[in-house]
Amino acid sequence: MLKLIVNGETRSVDVEPEMPLLWVLRDHLGLPGTKYGCGISQCGACTVHVDGEAVRSCTLPVSAVQGKHITTIEGLSKGGLHPVQKAWIEHEVPQCGYCQTGMIMAAAALLERIPNPTDDQIDQAMTNLCRCGTYARVRKAIHALAGSSGALAPRNS
Amino acid sequence: MTTAVSRREFLKVSAAMGGAFVLEFWFPSGSSAAGSADVATEVNAWMVIHPDDRVVIRIARSEMGQGSFTALAQLVAEELDCDWGKVNAEFASPNEHFRRNRIWGSMLTGGSRGIRTSQDYLRKAGASARMMLVMAAATRWGVPPSECTAQAGIITHRPSRRHLRYGEVAAAAALLPPPVEVPLKDPKDWKIIGQPVPRLDIPDKVLGKPVFGVDVSLPGMLHAAIVQCPVFGGKVAQVDASLAQSMRGVKQVVHADDFVAVVADSWWRANEAVKALKIRWDEGGNGHVDNAAIAVMLREGLQAKDLPQARKVGEVGPALAGAVKVLEAEYHSPYLNHATLEPQTCTAWFRPDGFLDIWTSTQDGEASMQAAASASGLPLEKIEVHKMMLGGGFGRRGGPQDFVRQGIVIARAVAGRPVKLLWSRSEDMQHGFYRPASLVRMKAGLDAQGRLVAWHTRVACPSILQVLHPQLLTKGGIDFTAVRSFDDMPYQVPHQQVDYARRNGHVPVGFWRAPGQQNAFYRECFLDELAEAAGQDPVSFRLNPLATDNKERRVLEKVVHAAGWGQPAPAGIHRGVALAAGFGSYTAMVAEVSVSAKGELKVHRIVVAIDSGYVVNPDTCRAQAESNVLFGLGSVLYQENNLKNGRIVESNFNNFRLPEISEMPKVETLLVPSGGFWGGHGEPAILPLAPAICNAIHAATGKRIRSLPLKHHDLRPA
Repeated sequence: MLKLIVNGETRSVDVEPEMPLLWVLRDHLGLPGTKYGCGISQCGACTVHVDGEAVRSCTLPVSAVQGKHITTIEGLSKGGLHPVQKAWIEHEVPQCGYCQTGMIMAAAALLERIPNPTDDQIDQAMTNLCRCGTYARVRKAIHALAGSSGALAPRNS
Repeated sequence: MTTAVSRREFLKVSAAMGGAFVLEFWFPSGSSAAGSADVATEVNAWMVIHPDDRVVIRIARSEMGQGSFTALAQLVAEELDCDWGKVNAEFASPNEHFRRNRIWGSMLTGGSRGIRTSQDYLRKAGASARMMLVMAAATRWGVPPSECTAQAGIITHRPSRRHLRYGEVAAAAALLPPPVEVPLKDPKDWKIIGQPVPRLDIPDKVLGKPVFGVDVSLPGMLHAAIVQCPVFGGKVAQVDASLAQSMRGVKQVVHADDFVAVVADSWWRANEAVKALKIRWDEGGNGHVDNAAIAVMLREGLQAKDLPQARKVGEVGPALAGAVKVLEAEYHSPYLNHATLEPQTCTAWFRPDGFLDIWTSTQDGEASMQAAASASGLPLEKIEVHKMMLGGGFGRRGGPQDFVRQGIVIARAVAGRPVKLLWSRSEDMQHGFYRPASLVRMKAGLDAQGRLVAWHTRVACPSILQVLHPQLLTKGGIDFTAVRSFDDMPYQVPHQQVDYARRNGHVPVGFWRAPGQQNAFYRECFLDELAEAAGQDPVSFRLNPLATDNKERRVLEKVVHAAGWGQPAPAGIHRGVALAAGFGSYTAMVAEVSVSAKGELKVHRIVVAIDSGYVVNPDTCRAQAESNVLFGLGSVLYQENNLKNGRIVESNFNNFRLPEISEMPKVETLLVPSGGFWGGHGEPAILPLAPAICNAIHAATGKRIRSLPLKHHDLRPA
């Protein structure tokens, strides 16, 4: 049995150590908000936080995150909305929405690290792929949050 | 509508009949079935009204990001005159749709048709319900309905200043006969149509709630991964599944005619086992086909004699012979995969009571029902398709219902348990219904004043209709999607001819966002070549042959004004223009690009003007313009699907690249609705994108781009 700390709770799973974290979350822990898009760490739909860092869970063996604090979109904000989620609603960012949970996790990690990112820093950090074309609104929402970076909610991990 | 059936009653009845609703597990927050204990009333098929005045509007089309879920509800709510703050929406049930004699009209979501082909009956449904609610209130008061008005969900009897809420009279209203005459509002009186109301689906989507096909989770559910014959049309010859069967979590290996699936207790385990299968394929006769063979097929089409003509005006032969200048050029585009970010998926469950449940991301609930019926042999009334949110559609999930048929084959083999099929990215990349590759030759003549006198186009292009809807082929086998932008050219050219060579080959082709859009690239780039030959500015060269009352002329004038065409551009920035019409709307675009000395292209700014007649939700329309720009940009810069040994070479986003946030240009959208018609927004703005960018590249470098993607071109200035 592997012990994982997911969204603040300790969970035990009986899975192969090489199973990617994404599939442990989706199929074994009932957390489908984290998405599969490519399986080769290209698209970022599977982005979660591991000890506060945005990482791609589709190629990350679950054995590598034992004892670390994993946060998924379901645990980004305990009750209510994370400021990034609020900004996403306010700026009507999502279209189909499939990449957006990963996008939100990446943005939350970026703003935690750099409360007031420049356009270049956004380009560097937000490498998640969107097929619908939400990029302009992603950038706008991040910039809007930068002004109120102090309001970022603490993570649950 | 003569019998009022409350939603809850319907649910109960439906469940008792072995019907469809018992397993619905996701509704948008606030919809009728989302845990409310009150008794809601179906006033007509399009809406349910709760005693507390909440209105749930039924949506027949699908939501794949384009915003129809909200905009279609706006159409109903406008005429219903309800309080928009109390509106939510839910998908209409495809099973109930067939039981009720297709009461919700078409469920097909494609061709930017959602609003423009349903706006009339949706608005009438809203108006009809409002009239019934007013009548119910008037009857209760014993007054004539003409003395009553309705606004924001409240009915007022003006002389006595009495009020009733919709929720108070909905049950009585539902018992009334619907009115025969249903007048609609004058557009100037609209309060909800035309407003940028927030999308109803976004709050759930930012929370990661399970809304997509891939998110389905049911008690006892198993997971399936799949491998299909890599050569289109090939079959399974022999399978050694001994290793796969021994792997952890594997329950079953399912052998089908043209695919093998592994069913396991999680998807990763199923897919690992798929990789361990040893399969010998019978590739059929196409295992040798490569890009060169496709090129030969299209070239032969261009050279063929006696091709059917999609358009013939005047006589192009003599007119070209008499022209002062004649230009000829060939343009080409590759096959393209849709690459929806959510791969194809279908969950199927043959229930012990003989009912079949399907959960899938579909652009057409009816097509999914029909595919399920033909694959299962069950009658439609024994099937329900639960429509999930789509992780992108772009045309992939409409006509082809391959994933539904496969899901049923797999679930049938695993008796009694639901199975969720999910394609890996490589399966999705290599088993698409691709945008057709095409080769087009255009020949046009100018007179001494530089006016267009003749234009002859030959199109060699696989037919989408032949693959998906052969009954729609017209005039000697012409596919309208293959000749659009040529057979409906707005420019007044006295002699025109469009020939179509239908050459399909073995690669399945399908409706890829704005099917036939390659022709807009060809036509509008060739127009710039002609403008240069005529010694004219590209804008005035386009305006001259456009009629004065023409809608294209208007959007072109709007966009060049907004973009500052004719005024100096910032240093290093070059502009290109293009004009197009399609999917009910008119679109003109100016692109601003720079090309570095090393040949690196950057698209800085896109200004686009769209006339869709009316605009239902300006914010989602702007989002669609942004969407079209990015979706098109990937195909302009990078994307192509190549053929080798009968199969698609590309396998994932590392070799089928999607642009990143840093590549997103600034998009300025001018919504310029001129009224009187209803046009689409899901596709029109992609039409002028490739030609506007390529014309700007010519302005920057002097190079003509006649094929895409740009990654194959050396853009260093000549």
